[in-house]
Amino acid sequence: MARIVLVTGVSRYLGGLYARRLSADPGIERILGVDVIPPRHSIGRAEFVRADIRNPMIGRIMNQAEVDTVVHMNVIATPKDTGGRVTQKEINVIGTMQLLAACQKAPSVQRLVVKSSAAIYGSSPRDPAMFAEDMNAKSTPRSGFGKDSIEVEGYVRGFSRRRPDVEITMLRLANVIGPQIRTAVTDYFTLPLIPVPLGYDARLQFLHEDDAIAALVTATTGPSVGIVNVAGDGFLTLLQCLAMVRRPVLPVPLATAGLIGNIVKRSGLADFSPDQVAFLAFGRGLDTTRMRHVLEFEPRYSTRAAFEAFAAGVHSVVADVEGVGEAVTGAVTGAAGGGAAALARVFERLSQ
Amino acid sequence: MTAAKQSPKKAAGPKKAAAPKRAAAPKRAAAPKRAAAPKKTPGAKKAAAPTKAAGTQAAEAEAAVRPVPASRSAFAAGAARATGERRRRSGTPLITSATPLEVSAARRDATAALPEDASLPVAGDATAEKDRSAGTPTRKRPPRRAIRDRREQRARERALRPVPSLPAPDEKVALLAEPAQRHTDSAPEPATGPAGLAEGLQHTAERIVGAVLEAAEFSSEARPGPAELVELAVNLLRAAATAAGVPAEEVERQVAETLAYVRRRLTGDYTVDEFGFDEDYTTHVHLPILRPLYKSWFRVEVKGIDNIPDTGGALVVANHSGTVAMDSLMTQVAVYDEHPRHRHLRMLGADLVFQTPFVGPIARRSGSTLAANTDAERLLAGGHLVGVWPEGFKGVGKPFSDRYKLQRFGRGGFVAAALRAGVPIVPCSIVGAEEIYPMIGNMPTLARLLGLPYVPITPTFPWLGPLGAIPLPSKWLIEFGPPIDTTAFGPEAADDPMLVFDLTDQVRETIQQTLYSLLMQRRSVFI
Repeated sequence: MARIVLVTGVSRYLGGLYARRLSADPGIERILGVDVIPPRHSIGRAEFVRADIRNPMIGRIMNQAEVDTVVHMNVIATPKDTGGRVTQKEINVIGTMQLLAACQKAPSVQRLVVKSSAAIYGSSPRDPAMFAEDMNAKSTPRSGFGKDSIEVEGYVRGFSRRRPDVEITMLRLANVIGPQIRTAVTDYFTLPLIPVPLGYDARLQFLHEDDAIAALVTATTGPSVGIVNVAGDGFLTLLQCLAMVRRPVLPVPLATAGLIGNIVKRSGLADFSPDQVAFLAFGRGLDTTRMRHVLEFEPRYSTRAAFEAFAAGVHSVVADVEGVGEAVTGAVTGAAGGGAAALARVFERLSQ
Repeated sequence: MTAAKQSPKKAAGPKKAAAPKRAAAPKRAAAPKRAAAPKKTPGAKKAAAPTKAAGTQAAEAEAAVRPVPASRSAFAAGAARATGERRRRSGTPLITSATPLEVSAARRDATAALPEDASLPVAGDATAEKDRSAGTPTRKRPPRRAIRDRREQRARERALRPVPSLPAPDEKVALLAEPAQRHTDSAPEPATGPAGLAEGLQHTAERIVGAVLEAAEFSSEARPGPAELVELAVNLLRAAATAAGVPAEEVERQVAETLAYVRRRLTGDYTVDEFGFDEDYTTHVHLPILRPLYKSWFRVEVKGIDNIPDTGGALVVANHSGTVAMDSLMTQVAVYDEHPRHRHLRMLGADLVFQTPFVGPIARRSGSTLAANTDAERLLAGGHLVGVWPEGFKGVGKPFSDRYKLQRFGRGGFVAAALRAGVPIVPCSIVGAEEIYPMIGNMPTLARLLGLPYVPITPTFPWLGPLGAIPLPSKWLIEFGPPIDTTAFGPEAADDPMLVFDLTDQVRETIQQTLYSLLMQRRSVFI
């Protein structure tokens, strides 16, 4: 089926991992890895082609190599990796446009696999508990990576109308986490003092980096599946995650989160775009029924196991402080519960 | 006061107690004792004078006590406590000199003589009581000179004490254990004369305060191990439990459970489902907090709990009222506590609930989710018991004059959800919630400003401020009606609006009729 595969974003961590994993598949004749900078890690037997997807040159590469499968992994979630939000948007939106334009002109292309993101669902208190693939965001992300993802998906939809013969698979990945990968979320959880939205506790889903790659490989070599959510089983709340990384927390009222976010962003420690803040306040759930039954993919790591794999590599900054926020919440709620039970007993005694 | 009270009780064995004490701590107490002795006797004499007329026996007993310095040593102990001497002493646990240890040994001797003494004052006659009360004001404070002398003495002593070098860790542990031991030794000391309940209580309080003080100073100078802190906490709790008349074992079990819960919270060792439902939190915190309200405040009476199926999905549809949606919380407790299978009621809440900080996450943790068809169907398909209040804010925020008049039942979305999932609808009628916060007015402008559906005016709110948030203790009745089967219509019936409206009306009528009959049964609003 897939013989000659072109992978974009191969110099990035997930791209390189994907190229290595795909190299192990004997059914693949040739793998072309495209990126603007040469990879610093092994990309297996993939051939590195230095090209910018924002340049029409990419079309000539496709035609020359007679690429039949294009895997687009160059939608970037972390602005600080690329040198700012403007470049990020440029690469994500214009890069996708150019790539799809090239694909449209390349008759050899039979399949397009796009690494999309669950960020397109946004995060709001009015969200349903779980998003299925056919649901729309209640409040569409208006900035940052979420907006980019929506635009990327829009272009892919346009492409599918113009080239109905090309099979399209879009994987909406939950936040990818693991011992190696660096994303906005891992940056957040490794802050020395973690700001959390006061009075909210988001439900989070994670996907282990190995599972993310395995899902992408399945989507490349397996049957075409359309749009599929990919996430690990189960949920963690933000407070649970903080307890697991054992870092001190700083509760911040949501109204001032923008300000704090800006400070943290300026300091270069982590990225706090407004959609990221909304995600940390309200969370998001993905319905993975299609992943199981249509993509026929079963993640090896649950959300908890994926996060534990990440948390094992995070060292506690302060030896004595272990999840202060959770300690306080736990102590307060625990004491309240115990107190209430005792009160109930006293009431019972009095009423007897 | 205490010293004077204690003096007659010590009549039987004061010498025994006093002798080793004097021997053990001569340096500390000798000078002040001598100084205090002449001053005190006239005072005591004065106090004893009126009692002589009443009973000579008691006076004689008093006279026998007076010259003995035991009363002074107890007295000195009280004074020392007041001046913080004991605190300072126990705060320096690293001294190698045996002084404090010897003191405690002496105290042990003193307390060994206790049992025979304790029986005396209880049996004592009225004159002794009178004498005691008469003697109290004269011996209230130690003489100034005595205190000053003692202070100087102590300062000299402290100057002579060797400064210990930093101990090795294991040594430190041993030293840490010492103060605790000393504390337990000296604890019975104030009990040298418990006469009557008031004094006993006072001693208990003293002991507790002493324990707290000692704990506080340990933490400042030498950190106590967690084991000691826990022991202290357990002792405090036991004392509090006995004071409240609750069996100590019960309290201990409760505390152990709470601690285990806190540990799980600390390590994140609990699971939430896809809706954010945290069963650990719900059973250990949420429901226990609501239970006093449920049992003692509203005295909820539940009927027809058998109408809720033991397994599988079901949709409980209830009337909504009471300005604050307390009825949904009480129904949740009712279902969990009264149902033989202890099922959790998963409630569907308005957007506003999940937007509000603190309220939103608590609602999610306790099993609520957004009132949307997708969530309702997902819950029902998962075999959960779902509770819905289709009147919404129209029901909760209706004026008191409209009480027990059902509002429009939404758009019948709940019926469609039940039809699609093929689960029975259980009508539920709640009586009593209307009266908890009788809404006699509304502040629409303020409500618009705050983005709320209404801001109520009740007989107590906002007039009494935070007190207005206390609900009136109305008597509640919750009745679950016979389930309405929806499987007969099939899932495609959800797309038949006429059938959905008919079913909605049927559910609404059932609840309204049950409300009327429950109101007839209710004897009074509050009883």
